[in-house]
Amino acid sequence: MKLDYLSFVRSGPGKFIAKKTGLPEPADLPRFKDRPQPILGPVLVLGNSQGTEDIANQLLAWDGDVRRHGDELDKIGSIIVVLDDIVEPGQTGPIIAELPAAFKKMKKGGRVITVSRTPLEDDPAVNAARAGLEGFIRTLAKEARYGTTANGILVDDDVELTSSSVIGALRFLLTAKSAFITGQTLRVSAEGGGIPTLWEQHLSGRVALVTGAARGIGAAIARTLHRDGAKVIILDVPAAGSALTDLANEIGAIPLQMDITADNAGERIVEELAKRDLKVNVFVHNAGITRDKYYVNMSEDRWNSVIDVNIAAQLRINNALLASDRIGDQFRLVSLASTSGVAGNAGQANYAYSKSAVMGMVAALGPILAERGGTANAVAPGFIETEMTGKIPAVQREVFRRSNSLKQGGLPLDVAETVSFLGSLPAGGYVGQTLRVCGQNLVGR
Amino acid sequence: MKYPRNVAVLGGNRIPFARAGKAYKNVSNQDMLTAALDGLVARFSLQGELLGDVAAGAVLKHAKDFNLTREAVLGSALDSRTPAIDIQRACATGLDGISLVANKIALGQIEVGVGGGVDSTSDAPIEVSNDLRALLHRLNTAKTTKDRLKVLKDIRPGHLKPSAPSAAEVRTGLNMGQHQALSTERWGITREEQDEIAYNSHKNLMEAYEKGFFDDLMTGYQGLDRDENLRVSTREKLASLKPVFGGSEGTMTAGNSTPLSDGASTVLIASEEWANEHGHQPLAYIRDIHTRSVDFVNGADLLSAPAYAAPEMLERHGLTLDDMDFVEIHEAFAATVAMILKAWEDEEFGKNELGLPGAFGTVDPAKLNVYGSSLAAGHPFAATGGRIVASTAKMLYEAGPGKLALISICAAGGQGTVALLESAR
Repeated sequence: MKLDYLSFVRSGPGKFIAKKTGLPEPADLPRFKDRPQPILGPVLVLGNSQGTEDIANQLLAWDGDVRRHGDELDKIGSIIVVLDDIVEPGQTGPIIAELPAAFKKMKKGGRVITVSRTPLEDDPAVNAARAGLEGFIRTLAKEARYGTTANGILVDDDVELTSSSVIGALRFLLTAKSAFITGQTLRVSAEGGGIPTLWEQHLSGRVALVTGAARGIGAAIARTLHRDGAKVIILDVPAAGSALTDLANEIGAIPLQMDITADNAGERIVEELAKRDLKVNVFVHNAGITRDKYYVNMSEDRWNSVIDVNIAAQLRINNALLASDRIGDQFRLVSLASTSGVAGNAGQANYAYSKSAVMGMVAALGPILAERGGTANAVAPGFIETEMTGKIPAVQREVFRRSNSLKQGGLPLDVAETVSFLGSLPAGGYVGQTLRVCGQNLVGR
Repeated sequence: MKYPRNVAVLGGNRIPFARAGKAYKNVSNQDMLTAALDGLVARFSLQGELLGDVAAGAVLKHAKDFNLTREAVLGSALDSRTPAIDIQRACATGLDGISLVANKIALGQIEVGVGGGVDSTSDAPIEVSNDLRALLHRLNTAKTTKDRLKVLKDIRPGHLKPSAPSAAEVRTGLNMGQHQALSTERWGITREEQDEIAYNSHKNLMEAYEKGFFDDLMTGYQGLDRDENLRVSTREKLASLKPVFGGSEGTMTAGNSTPLSDGASTVLIASEEWANEHGHQPLAYIRDIHTRSVDFVNGADLLSAPAYAAPEMLERHGLTLDDMDFVEIHEAFAATVAMILKAWEDEEFGKNELGLPGAFGTVDPAKLNVYGSSLAAGHPFAATGGRIVASTAKMLYEAGPGKLALISICAAGGQGTVALLESAR
């Protein structure tokens, strides 16, 4: 029998005690296999702009049950608020006037998404109107219940709301694939990308390489990229050989055994791609290690080994890859950061450095790759239920699990879905960002 | 003798070799062979593929494992209709499995297959005494309880002593080390020569690992990612070991004799057409494989058969030792390698035993076992052939077009199998 908090508060007596004492009761989050439809309907679209019309039409094209008013509805699946035209804070009131009533009718696992312009405007009033939405969406995420999430899409002024990256973000956030993402904003800063022929197989014909793929989050990423149609190359150290082999045989992936910290790892990857006459379209830097100790007790060795695997090796491999002719079109680099890198975490000075460094790396790499039609972004997981986090002492683990708005740990699948999204064709417009998959962890921005 | 068509080695996969009773003590031959096979399937995208044949075997095998290779195929990710055969020629089993598949491909009977082998000294069958076995058979055929009790009454404590597996030659009663000790003395092989061979084996294998040479030849297993026997060895350490064969004056030690080991290896062999269709670059072509035996019962050196087999094979291709770019001699004992090298350099041996005008030739030490061999890697009997063939094929490919390699493996019963490979680059 599983003796953890989640099973306890979902049990009969547990539920009763939780209700009486006000203990948080985590919702059962539907994932993509539970709800494969793109939209949980009916979907209420609020807003007055031309952009609002465009988005409503897009939802209709996805067979959405689109409504412009929520009064007559008993239940609402998703709400999209389009505020791309506001020029001063006072305009928000009328547009969101219907929102409180609608918010009360949300179905389990509902979606609230705002679409607005990036607050990069010189005019103080315009910028204030736009910037205020971040605090608003983060609050809705905290108030939402029963697995409903709230996220914002920020679109730069020179990007149309009909551009593929806006559509891609909308689709991803509406689906159950984004179950563990809430309270976040995603910025669309370029037109780039494209619309896949088939959303369900959006990586069809693309080659993806995942490091650290033998188990845990890496294996989930490989399986998900495979599910989404990619030809997958899975890389891990020789010691993980059996697990890598089993995964390769399960999903028809190409296994590559190597140590990414070897000086020539990048060249060897390039060689292996050349040998198979392949170019890589999606490169996922997932391999990572922890060597936790309070900083005062941190040996140089612990520091160095984490830095080498988690960031230095990535930089070396990127250089080799960029210097080669093995980068395919619409290249997407996705690297794994962490909320420890966003907010810091006691005992993880080395890890936090390396994960912050990853965010810095993609921020600089995104624009460089953009010149070649590609992009780079990072995913920052919060508390995810893995073998690694399973080793955290039980009480501390429970605290970590409850320290987010969804009151539970995420699954490796949640991270994998996000990687697949950032590796997709429409992701070309997200440049050098870090998207958190943390259920809105309390710490950090 | 030329094959009717090219037979290509596309690559191989083995699991790291473990020392007896250590990392693989809880896994069976079937587990290990399946793991090696599955790693090959993964590396060459053979999931669900129907292969022409899989030939492998084990030297130490439980009776219930009579279809060991077929069972491994059934447990693997291959198309389960892939046929398989169990073969056994002692330590040459792996190389002879490869030969069997190569011949079928050469004749056009099949397009692709796997050769290999596995052995576990940790899971070796323990046999009961002959007397007890006779009683147990009687018990099995006894019809009434009274008859059965009568049989059981005849069992004596002495009957229960199991006979552990032994590497002794049936006709001489000497085990392999004792046989080699006789040869070592006859050929005047010194302790220093043997220790130097052992030292180089570890040093060369270590270098190969550090270069990542095995990254695409091996799949980690049971937590091992390199051969368990491999160590940073020094000449001083090797020189300090006590002799284990040849009495107190002997020169053969645990350091220059191969330890008992567990492991498995597989090699993917195909026609050029199949390789092209499936997008795989051949590493090397198998040009020939040849076996012969010596009459060790009447005095020949037990492990000297390759000293005869290699000259015979090279002669039919008009080649000599000087034409070889790599020479791989399986290190059953360091002294075995030294003996074979000495025999080839010996004028008398060349004239009297090989019928040549003089000595067969000299092996340039720089070409010998360049990435180490069994002394460092270990020697799970039937797995050694696959280890050597896959590594040699990769070495040949890296060395470039036209490069040639000679492989030599000695085996119990006075047998030896040798192979000639050419780079496919």
